Amino acid sequence: MLELKNIYKYYNPGTINEMCLFKGFNLTVEQGEFLSVVGSNGSGKTSMLNIICGSIPVESGSILLDGKDITNMKEFRRNEKIGRVYQNPALGTCPSMTILENMSLADNKGKRYGLKRGVNKNRMEYYRELLRPLNLGLEDKMHVKVGSLSGGQRQAMALLMSTMTPIEFLILDEHTAALDPKTAEIIMELTDKIVKEKKLTTIMVTHNLRYAVEYGSRLLMMHQGESVIDCAGDEKKALNIDDILKKFNEISIECGN
Amino acid sequence: MDFLITIVEQGLIYGILALGVYITYKILDFPDLTTDGSFPLGAAVTAALIARGVNPYLTLLAAFAVGALAGVCTGLIHVKGKVRDLLSGIIMMTALWTINLRIAGTSNVPLFSKETIFKNLFLESVVPESVQPYTTLIVVILLTVITKLILDFYMNSKSGFLLRAVGDNDKLVTALAKDEGNMKILGLAIANGLIALSGCIFCQEERVFEISMGTGAVVIGLASVIIGTSLFRKLSFMKATTAVILGSILYKACTAIAMRNFEPQDMKFITAALFLIVLLISMERKKKVKIDA
Repeated sequence: MLELKNIYKYYNPGTINEMCLFKGFNLTVEQGEFLSVVGSNGSGKTSMLNIICGSIPVESGSILLDGKDITNMKEFRRNEKIGRVYQNPALGTCPSMTILENMSLADNKGKRYGLKRGVNKNRMEYYRELLRPLNLGLEDKMHVKVGSLSGGQRQAMALLMSTMTPIEFLILDEHTAALDPKTAEIIMELTDKIVKEKKLTTIMVTHNLRYAVEYGSRLLMMHQGESVIDCAGDEKKALNIDDILKKFNEISIECGN
Repeated sequence: MDFLITIVEQGLIYGILALGVYITYKILDFPDLTTDGSFPLGAAVTAALIARGVNPYLTLLAAFAVGALAGVCTGLIHVKGKVRDLLSGIIMMTALWTINLRIAGTSNVPLFSKETIFKNLFLESVVPESVQPYTTLIVVILLTVITKLILDFYMNSKSGFLLRAVGDNDKLVTALAKDEGNMKILGLAIANGLIALSGCIFCQEERVFEISMGTGAVVIGLASVIIGTSLFRKLSFMKATTAVILGSILYKACTAIAMRNFEPQDMKFITAALFLIVLLISMERKKKVKIDA
């Protein structure tokens, strides 16, 4: 279970550009929940993910993971239990290393990175088994550098790599936004499959309202650092894209754009 | 023949320096100017130890360790102090000038009458008479090949994978729950250890420590790395470390041939000019595509 309690976040504090994003923001994500987050640009979606992962500090408030306070824990330490996929497919893989080397790197997460051989040949078949269901032909390109793969192929790898080892939390930061509609669809289905198989608690930020409605067990709509829609269960099932669009328009009119 | 042997010897010695520069420049993507200080640092430590009668082979380890320490300092300044990479190197390079003088005692320490890794009673007793003139070359080849093999082994280990990942995509290292800062410091330590080791071997080959011997070391290293990696890019079977060492030998050959026609004071200008030429040639030029159908 993840809890954000009374979070305050300012950008450019102490300057004339000071901007308050979160003013006492609260959020609780239950174990096993798949939370989709939508909202306009600047509404605080990505900032929220960055705060959870520890990429940016908060002014005050606390972040609890399974009841343990992780507010001051360094980003890399938090990542022991968190997997994250970014919008930019290049951020989830190493371009100058081969598919096999990338998979081996990810496979070792949580263990020591010592002087043992980087690639374990016995795991090769296992990596192929993981790549085969993608139907991207990656299992036959084990020795190809990831830098020469397409964005969709890299994003599929990034998703596999971030969920390969046991994690508790999956953070998806608009992970289909940079992909073409068909590839986005494949990645989204793969995401859903992995989340269900591994029973991961997931937070997915997306601009695709259809994905937000179709996937996930709970939907959150954010605006200016606050949640304006938060529904789960049957209420979420009854929700359709038009409802969300209507709310979107209301908000936009308030802002005057 | 002697001319060729000197080129290969010096090329191999600077090849170890180039391996260090390869780690910072190509793998970590860190323009590390510590090089100009850590190269003579290795030499200063060597000169000081040999003058005190320490076994010359121990100086190899000592130079590596002290160089690694210099790399750790640069890394700490950059990672913990959040100073820009270029400036961190400049700070260490400047500080090392004084440190080198303090370690060596003076700006010039001759080692002519001392035992070195190339000339000692042990080598004289085991190396047959007929190969004696090539002792230096053989020792240099051995040292460079061993260094290269150890580095290759490291680069293929789990830790080496993580080091390669840091320069490529530091976000991934954080995602793997490892501190990318620590990996950068480790990389700088290994790189500057190698560079100091190169300085250690160089000063024993030249039989003298000179405070100014590090000036331009980073340029030599960069030129070797760029020649090696761009010239042998097409040969996929060749390891980057091999390419870098060959690049260093080629670069030494170029300067040696150029220097035959010039005065010694022209040295630095030729170094700079050659470096520029290497950069211009190695740049990947976009092939013009004809649009006409």
